[in-house]
Amino acid sequence: MMPDDMIDKLIDITAVRHSYRTASGPLPVLDGLELSVPEGGFVAVVGPSGCGKSTLTRLVAGLLIPDEGEVRVHGTRITAPRSNVGMAFQNPVLLEWRTILQNVLLPLEIVPNKLSRAEARDRARRLLALVGLDGFEDKRPSELSGGMKQRASLCRALIHQPEVLILDEPFGALDAFTREDLWQTMHKVKAEEPFTGVLITHDLRESIFLADRVVVLSSRPARTQFVLDIPDTGLRTLDDLYTPEAAERLNILRHQIEVAQGRTPAGDAA
Amino acid sequence: MKARQIIVPLVAVIVFLIAWEALVWIMGWPNYKMASPSDLIPAYERYWGLFLTMGWQTLWRTVAGLVLAVIFGVALGMVMGFSRTMRDALYPLLVGFNAVPKATVVPIVALMFVGWHDFNTVLIAFMISFFPIAVSVSIGLSTLEPEYRDILRSLGASQATIFWKIALPKTLPEFFGALKVAVTLAFIGTNLMEIVSPHGRGLGALFDSGKTNSDYPLMFAVLIALAFLGIVLYYIVVALEKTFAGWADRTV
Repeated sequence: MMPDDMIDKLIDITAVRHSYRTASGPLPVLDGLELSVPEGGFVAVVGPSGCGKSTLTRLVAGLLIPDEGEVRVHGTRITAPRSNVGMAFQNPVLLEWRTILQNVLLPLEIVPNKLSRAEARDRARRLLALVGLDGFEDKRPSELSGGMKQRASLCRALIHQPEVLILDEPFGALDAFTREDLWQTMHKVKAEEPFTGVLITHDLRESIFLADRVVVLSSRPARTQFVLDIPDTGLRTLDDLYTPEAAERLNILRHQIEVAQGRTPAGDAA
Repeated sequence: MKARQIIVPLVAVIVFLIAWEALVWIMGWPNYKMASPSDLIPAYERYWGLFLTMGWQTLWRTVAGLVLAVIFGVALGMVMGFSRTMRDALYPLLVGFNAVPKATVVPIVALMFVGWHDFNTVLIAFMISFFPIAVSVSIGLSTLEPEYRDILRSLGASQATIFWKIALPKTLPEFFGALKVAVTLAFIGTNLMEIVSPHGRGLGALFDSGKTNSDYPLMFAVLIALAFLGIVLYYIVVALEKTFAGWADRTV
């Protein structure tokens, strides 16, 4: 299923199994998870709700060490959090007592870096301008809309130029129009500030619009059930979502989700 | 501060005093039943020196008790906020301790440290006021959304960094809410001890001497002085809150 000729794997997850300890015994969440992302790649992970997608992000961030199997970033086995990841969640978790600019600068206060204060602020301003938040640097998070908070959260995740950007349903709580706006912003950001990304989502259109590879996980305990590569078509526009190719990809993925949910036998044609 | 913010409460106070005066006058109450504001002025004039020294006594002991309550309450709240085990272990003890009416503890403490008047007064002020602080800090810390922690942890931040950068500032609004409750509680504690303790000092002792000498206007004058000190301390806390946790106020 996985192409073996991929040498430049930045993220490489092999044969990962993990269980959570609960009052009623161990609860397996991941069982046979395989995932690799080449440098500069952007992988979307979809699957039935509660299948362990968020657990996957915690593994890549080093916040969780798997019971079995390996998570490697740049060939180094992850055994503890490393400062080379940026994270954004469905909840933008901006610090209410800081301005937007100070929020974006937060990672630089923790990650060792060579930027001077002025350089750091310049970089933060540039990122904010890139996502369309110029002029909002000195506002508080409470003065921003949900979509704007998410844009600021994205800047914070990128400020320290992380090797890996982890997005855990960052657009899930936004309305449809705002979400589509942010998809286009993501393409703009990726062109200006290249990153290697893992996107957790339950929106299939989002997955094929943003990612160059979509991975379908089975229901819990999650294993890698299906991988769909999306040929690079350059900067994508929303119109691309309404082409026959896009419709076909969506169909394939929808069928795979139904299989994962156990509603359709795997053999049935999509 | 806008003039409106001073004038509106001031007018409310004046209206209250007029209504009080009118009530006593209409009902024809003698001053041993209910003193009126006009009775208080001679009381303040006569005992002005005592009010200043006794008021200062009450004030500094209350503040000392509060400072101890903040230090101990925050420490206890941190322990309970970060450790589930400690929370499970300490909550019943704490709730039980808080449920004991402090009026019953006052004579015990007064006897236990007889002669150490300052000490036992500060102790009661502390005992009565640390509970809301400990509970608010522990709840503030234990309800911190995991994503906040994850954002910093994924960058390799230590627990101490997470506390200083996120947990502490995020808990400040709850902390100040509790501190406002604690201020009035601490005053109650200080006065209970000052009234009960023999040869006491402070406004509570002045109140007690008014009782002994059947000087009813003096007793009412002490109550008003206490209310005044309470208001002053409360607004000091409000000013601190504005400075350190003003971001949480969405009404401005």
